[in-house]
Amino acid sequence: MKISYYPGCTLKNNAKNFEDSALCSLKTLGVEVEELHRWNCCGTVFSLATDDLIHHVAPIRNLIRVKEAKNDSVMTLCAMCYNTLKRANERVKSDPESLQKINDFMYREDITYKADVKVLHLLEILKNDISFKKISEKISKPLNNLKVASYYGCMLVRPEGIGFDDIENPVILDELMQILGASPVDFPYKVECCGAYQTVDKPEIIVERTHAIVDSARNNGADIIIVSCPLCAFNLDHRQKETLKKYPEFKHIPVLYFTQALAIALGCPKESLRFDLHYVDPKPILKEKGLIS
Amino acid sequence: MRINISRKNIKNSFVEKIIEISGQNLLHCYQCGKCSAGCPAVSEMDILPNQIIRFAQLGLKEELLKSKSIWICASCMTCNARCPKGINIAEVIEAIRLILLRKREDHVQIEKLSDDEKTEVPPIALVSNFRKFTS
Repeated sequence: MKISYYPGCTLKNNAKNFEDSALCSLKTLGVEVEELHRWNCCGTVFSLATDDLIHHVAPIRNLIRVKEAKNDSVMTLCAMCYNTLKRANERVKSDPESLQKINDFMYREDITYKADVKVLHLLEILKNDISFKKISEKISKPLNNLKVASYYGCMLVRPEGIGFDDIENPVILDELMQILGASPVDFPYKVECCGAYQTVDKPEIIVERTHAIVDSARNNGADIIIVSCPLCAFNLDHRQKETLKKYPEFKHIPVLYFTQALAIALGCPKESLRFDLHYVDPKPILKEKGLIS
Repeated sequence: MRINISRKNIKNSFVEKIIEISGQNLLHCYQCGKCSAGCPAVSEMDILPNQIIRFAQLGLKEELLKSKSIWICASCMTCNARCPKGINIAEVIEAIRLILLRKREDHVQIEKLSDDEKTEVPPIALVSNFRKFTS
């Protein structure tokens, strides 16, 4: 199978570690991926207003690109892209009048969108299409003795019907980590917001959230935290710098994308892990556990 | 705080606008407080989420438009997920923000952000921040 892939803005720079590790993992699993031609920014947040159709144009335009690639589904990695594309798609699916207006606005596109593209997250593809069983057969370096706290955040799980797991107690990342040989650590902050885009103009809020979330993961015994969103990754990893300034007793803990853990277990080369993009260096703990050289 | 409750306020155009933009029935709320109990941002808020709904029911325009809370909410959707009456509280808060943003009353002045503030964060942070906080 050949999957259409929508990267989104941050996967091409700050979250290159997310993209490279995901693509290497999929290649190792024998899945062919093709990046969408001429994709554009999804807008990052779904417009919550009833009358704000213009902000649904960008996500829907990307779904036209999927049809141009002669595909009926699209894979996302970033939790915010996933949420925005999927919600915009559901909105036009349930509201033919909105769909008509958005199509009229994009009259220069060759394809009229019929709300017939399926928006998928890589985690769904790993679980439902590739299957965790097949992944377990391809593991060359099980993540033994590594205690992992999976942080789901908001956009992967809420609202109900958009996320693909329980909204209060999601487990899909923990299931994946278990398949990879790691020991999942449960912690009460796994679906609690990291503060998201407040990081631009109110970083002091993020310091409080990062302090609470990271400390809770550590207190429950985690060696690392796993995420699926580049904004969560920035807040929980890079904002540890400001967190330490405010709370001198705070202890750093590395934050990895779930795809980096997957790539390590599947034996991907270290170039695909891009640890140079992290603030808290994951190499010492991974070396200590014998997972990287 | 002393509040004058009047039929005029309850049916004012500000309340109508909130209902129109959010698509929510404000009168469904019976003030159980579950939204505020689960909100991760209450420690930074001046008016709690359940109070935002009550203020909107009563048409307290100035109090809501001046509140810090509407710019603290990051639409994490926890309140929506937990409301026993199915009210989308995040949509109501978005509507109040939009009433200001649609009059070009931006919360973030992009030109006032320093180069450091702009370059240290990833593009996903800038795009979402400007989508939520500027017109």
